[in-house]
Amino acid sequence: MDHILVAKNVTKTYGDFTALSNISLQIPKNCIYGLLGPNGAGKTSFIRIINQITHQDSGEIFLNGEPLAPKHIASIGYLPEERGLYKSMKVGEQALYLAQLKGLSKTEAKTRLKYWFDRLDIGDWWDKKIQELSKGMAQKIQFIVTVLHEPRLLIFDEPFSGFDPINANIIKDEILQLKENGTSIIFSTHRMESVEELCEYIALIHKSEKILDGKLSEIKKAYKNNIFNVGLQVEEDAQGLIQSLKQKFNILSSEMDEMEHQLHFKVQLPTSHTGDILEELSKMANINRFEETIPSANDIFIQTVNSKDNGE
Amino acid sequence: MASKLGLIIKREYLAKVRNRSFIVMTILSPLLIVGMIVLIAYLAKVNDDETRVVSVLNESAFFQTEFNPSKNISYVHLDDLTLEQAKDSTDSLEYYGLLYIPNGTTVEEVANATYLFTKDNPNTSVTQKLESLFQKKLRQDRLQKLGVSPQQFSNIEKPFEINLSTFKGEKSMKGVNEIKAIIGGGFGYAIMMFIIIYGGFVMRSVIEEKTSRIIEVIISSVKPFQLMLGKIIGNSLAGITQFSIWIVSASALMFLAVLIFGIDLTTLSTDSAMPPGPMGGMSQLGTMDSEMMMYAKEIYDIPWVLLIVSFFIYFILGYLIYSSIYAAIGAAVDNETDTQQFIFPIILPLMLAIYVGFFSVFSNPHGPIAVGFSLFPLTSPIVMLMRLPGGIGEGGVPLWQFLSSVFFLIITFFGIVSLAAKIYRTGILMYGKKPTYKELIKWLRY
Repeated sequence: MDHILVAKNVTKTYGDFTALSNISLQIPKNCIYGLLGPNGAGKTSFIRIINQITHQDSGEIFLNGEPLAPKHIASIGYLPEERGLYKSMKVGEQALYLAQLKGLSKTEAKTRLKYWFDRLDIGDWWDKKIQELSKGMAQKIQFIVTVLHEPRLLIFDEPFSGFDPINANIIKDEILQLKENGTSIIFSTHRMESVEELCEYIALIHKSEKILDGKLSEIKKAYKNNIFNVGLQVEEDAQGLIQSLKQKFNILSSEMDEMEHQLHFKVQLPTSHTGDILEELSKMANINRFEETIPSANDIFIQTVNSKDNGE
Repeated sequence: MASKLGLIIKREYLAKVRNRSFIVMTILSPLLIVGMIVLIAYLAKVNDDETRVVSVLNESAFFQTEFNPSKNISYVHLDDLTLEQAKDSTDSLEYYGLLYIPNGTTVEEVANATYLFTKDNPNTSVTQKLESLFQKKLRQDRLQKLGVSPQQFSNIEKPFEINLSTFKGEKSMKGVNEIKAIIGGGFGYAIMMFIIIYGGFVMRSVIEEKTSRIIEVIISSVKPFQLMLGKIIGNSLAGITQFSIWIVSASALMFLAVLIFGIDLTTLSTDSAMPPGPMGGMSQLGTMDSEMMMYAKEIYDIPWVLLIVSFFIYFILGYLIYSSIYAAIGAAVDNETDTQQFIFPIILPLMLAIYVGFFSVFSNPHGPIAVGFSLFPLTSPIVMLMRLPGGIGEGGVPLWQFLSSVFFLIITFFGIVSLAAKIYRTGILMYGKKPTYKELIKWLRY
């Protein structure tokens, strides 16, 4: 497979503190890659190395097959977690300045800014100062500045922090659109909800080490444990029913909804084969729910981190 | 890469010169300075113009011709009045005071019985004037008793000045060293002011980037060192702009002030720069012109080209060294209040240079202290400039001292800038805590 970014055994220390130890990652082209981990795990250190803000102590990084070099700055767009703009500078001037620092010509930058300002409804802010704008508006400008030079690789560090839900949605749609247009995206976060919606691939970093990576769907498959949520229509004697079920299956929990005459329970099967239980259940009552529980990214995250911590 | 540096310099420059307080300061400062000079000159003139009238009730025969009006005192003789009447009329005529000289048999006796009556405590310049007058009379009297005639006495009183010359035989001048040092000191002082004002600009600009959190966005596009350099250059260009505007507008304003108010600027300098000699007033007006000519020649002889060229060398190197330290401080802290503990050690060598300059270099421009401080890189930009008006080579700064001072400065420049860049690089990404010196040293190793 074609990779936009390949990291081989990257290590970085600050004095006695190890920020990254032996991290190897392969980030495929044209996908959204989630870089996950608790605060202080080393995500930002890794991202800063990709942006050539700092340099690794050892290990190699390749962008699009070439060793990372200063010229690549123009093909990377970075939205840092700690972000902001010059407060007393005008929006237009500021965007032009930052675009020019990324290597765009002034006229080119102007044309693209116009496009983006129209797209995100910020037409008449050109001469306003950042300090006159609301936080959400400033965040939109920040986003535009990040993507304006049409980088091949975009890196978002906690992109939704500081956005209200409406603007967060707008930005999410824009990120998906950028991916459609062929951009590769690294998405760093410790909030798992957004990971499920966006990421195809993830890597989990914990205490400076990579503990898990791969395609999200495959990871989930590997982490699922054949637990099913079942709902049955039961008119009478729910207790007897659950007792007889408990003898045959591993029932994890159960609950009777008297009003609706519904019995809900959670069952773990020895394999992913569901034919037997369904046959059994259909003899007993009407089945109105039968659903496999797929572990959320959050579950996987917590489970992996905990097992790693306990293993040490 | 070079064009990025250009972009940064341009932004920093424009951000600074468009800043409202910068514009206000640029316009207001010359007005304030010229206004202050005009005020001081005016006050000095008013002070000078005030002539105090002292009435004299003289019952003695010893004092007759002594009371000649001088610059600040004039005398009115009251005759045939009693002491009480004299006091009354002095008071009602609003004279400054009454000098009562009773009759007596000897000068000594008369002088000891003399009184000065005033409404309030008398001004010291008046009492000094009168005291010296009596002192002279007493000395003359005592000498006369020893057989010295008045003629001989006035011969004795003739002032004396030592002849000065250099080994080469040129007649050297009193005060020339001081004048030279003042000129050099002016340059050195300008450097210090520039460093303190515009170094502070650099520091605040770094802090602003940190607090607005734009820093990481910028350094994902440019190297931290480029940003730091661009900041220093941009801010110093803004500083040079401001300085130039100040000099031009202050000179123009000064010129106008002189035209309009007719202020004689020499009144400002004569009193302070030339302490009155033992002879008091200006007895030898004839020699003044030729002396002025010689001073003019001395000032003309100052190696101006050397001085200005070395001013730029020391200015650029000194400013770069100090402002990169300022940039590092700005990077290390989160807000301006935390900068105090780091700023003091920077100001210290600058202050030291100025004090050493004024106390040691003025009196002994080539003594060991002057040499030491003009070689030490953190003080040399100021101290060496105070020594340089004497020229390089014989009679001035030895060439090896000049060269090694510049050499040390360049070495220090590279050393300090690379250390500062390291602190800067690490500091700009650190938020939320005030670092200790120990941590700063640790950052140098990252």
